[in-house]
Amino acid sequence: MESIALEGTPKTPTVNMDGATGIVEIKGRSIPENSIEFYRPLVEWLEEYSKEPQQLTTVNIQLEYFNTSSSKCILDVFKKLEAIKKARNEVIINWYYEEDDEDMLEAGEDYESIIRIPFKMIEVVD
Amino acid sequence: MSFNIDERYSKMNQGEVLLAYKGSITAELITNVLGVVESKLDHVIDKSITKKKIYNILVESLQNLYHHVDDLPYMVNESMDIHFGIFVISKMDESYVIRTGNFIRNDKIKKLTERLDKIKSLTRDELKELYKFVLNNQKFSDKGGGGLGLIDIARRTGGGVDYEFDNYDNDYSFFSFTITIDN
Repeated sequence: MESIALEGTPKTPTVNMDGATGIVEIKGRSIPENSIEFYRPLVEWLEEYSKEPQQLTTVNIQLEYFNTSSSKCILDVFKKLEAIKKARNEVIINWYYEEDDEDMLEAGEDYESIIRIPFKMIEVVD
Repeated sequence: MSFNIDERYSKMNQGEVLLAYKGSITAELITNVLGVVESKLDHVIDKSITKKKIYNILVESLQNLYHHVDDLPYMVNESMDIHFGIFVISKMDESYVIRTGNFIRNDKIKKLTERLDKIKSLTRDELKELYKFVLNNQKFSDKGGGGLGLIDIARRTGGGVDYEFDNYDNDYSFFSFTITIDN
């Protein structure tokens, strides 16, 4: 399947989704006014990928900022990953947060408690 | 007329003002303002976490403003910019304060007041639970996140939000929202 490679903008994150390696990356900032439009192709890609996923899917989320409009879309991404895991595939989610950024750590914990995949919380120190 | 927009605007310009705006609230404007404020914050604040918190809340409050401005009918006020809103970012003592203002239809006041009073009354843990509940259960529209923005702001500020309504006429009031971010 086609991979997705989007470069980040001041309002949208860098996205890499590679079906051949099973690596999914979302990095940067996600603050568009209308997030549904931005995330729709990503969720659709995961839907397609979930039909024939790799044995191991590795997800790296490293967000500097995200708005509440994005938060629901990010949950939709995680729900697709949860479904992949439920179908007995391995899914690893790495949640990166900047040193001392308690809000971002807590945001990761919120997601972790909603979906049933343990997150690896990784503190990034400058 | 009892309510005067210019008076309200100068009342909102308290403290050491970093940026103040009165006029049309558009997506382009918000993008530009965020860029300007971000570089300004880089100059005045050293702590990256404080900067991030302010920026996050600013994004949320400006996008809230953008999505929820009610336009006065042209008949009522023909000199007012379309999609009119106000926002002021200032420093007061050791806190940063973000103030926004917009017209709202009077029939929406009751619901918004209930929502804001509820959010203000919740503890940190209760806000976290409410946030997760809304995130996971409420259907979002293109317009917004089912009140998630307000919950998010209250969470990040430890409930540091306040509001006021000024009656404008039979159909409209002016909604002033104040967010205080302790440094």
